[in-house]
Amino acid sequence: MSWKLDKNRPVCPQITEQICVKIASGEYGAGEKLPSVREVAVAAGVNPNTVQKSFEQLEQSGVIYSVRGSGNFVSDDITIAKQSANEIITNKTANYIEEMRNLGLDKEQILKYVEELIK
Amino acid sequence: MSVLLRCEGITKRYTNVVALDNLDLTVESGKIIGLLGPNGSGKTTLIKLINGLLQANSGSITVCGNKPGVESKKVVSYLPDNNFLNSWMTVEQIVNMFADFYEDFRKDLAYEMLSRLAIEPTCKLKTLSKGNKEKVSLILVMSRNARLYVLDEPIAGVDPATRDYIISTIINNYNPEASVIISTHLISDIEEVLDEVIFIKQGRLVLQKSVDEIREENGKSVDALFREVFKW
Repeated sequence: MSWKLDKNRPVCPQITEQICVKIASGEYGAGEKLPSVREVAVAAGVNPNTVQKSFEQLEQSGVIYSVRGSGNFVSDDITIAKQSANEIITNKTANYIEEMRNLGLDKEQILKYVEELIK
Repeated sequence: MSVLLRCEGITKRYTNVVALDNLDLTVESGKIIGLLGPNGSGKTTLIKLINGLLQANSGSITVCGNKPGVESKKVVSYLPDNNFLNSWMTVEQIVNMFADFYEDFRKDLAYEMLSRLAIEPTCKLKTLSKGNKEKVSLILVMSRNARLYVLDEPIAGVDPATRDYIISTIINNYNPEASVIISTHLISDIEEVLDEVIFIKQGRLVLQKSVDEIREENGKSVDALFREVFKW
């Protein structure tokens, strides 16, 4: 999965969210070593200080831990990453539903479109 | 974190025009900073003052504690906004010249970037396209181990793929001891790479803020805010 950033939102929380999503989806497994700050910065095309800040926030919330001299690792317990990924997914789905309702669709119609296109 | 650049109350007048008007600016180490402003707002004047190519009418500038001059030029790597290289020289000769000039020049890095961008070192500069000349200039400037990089419009003349390469070069070269000042109009291409942006309007500093603060407070990109602040 690549890094997709919304230009109208601050960069730091987006990096934090996407790392959580990558952990929840298994792209970065529990206990696995994360790419370095520089690698993430280059891959996402963002400022290294911003990535550093995201890593610090993730460490504070227990999603990852850092080992001096050898880098950052995904925590063995990925519950928090999953929770936060879940929140993002819920928000995105809610946004989608609202947009569809604004287009005048009811529940049945929305489900029908999803059902048809999801295959 | 140390202060790399300090400008205090700089005023620069050209005969009838005030290009910079009592401008204060401090740049700390470890930052990538966007110097943004419309045409004629004073960006290039400020950059030339930092590099000692112009003298301010009043105010003071220090780079790592020194006034612009021999000592400051050892630690500032400057990309001018127009071609500054001799076009009859080959790329290789220019690389050697830079290596002679600057103690902190890294030839290996220069050759690595030249080969990555498929520029033949034996070519004379005048045989290269405009975009390739700009790439050579930028490679030379980025191949130094400087404290302060001052890039005047580094990405305007190159294609989008090269732009991406330049941006990733800037990120890769990131060093907590050094800072990069980039003047540009192409804000949306580069804003995510920046720590901070500086808006200059008619020679005055109107804003110095982090990109994330701007996005948080305004709910829009720096590019969108720029278009609003500088709307005609």
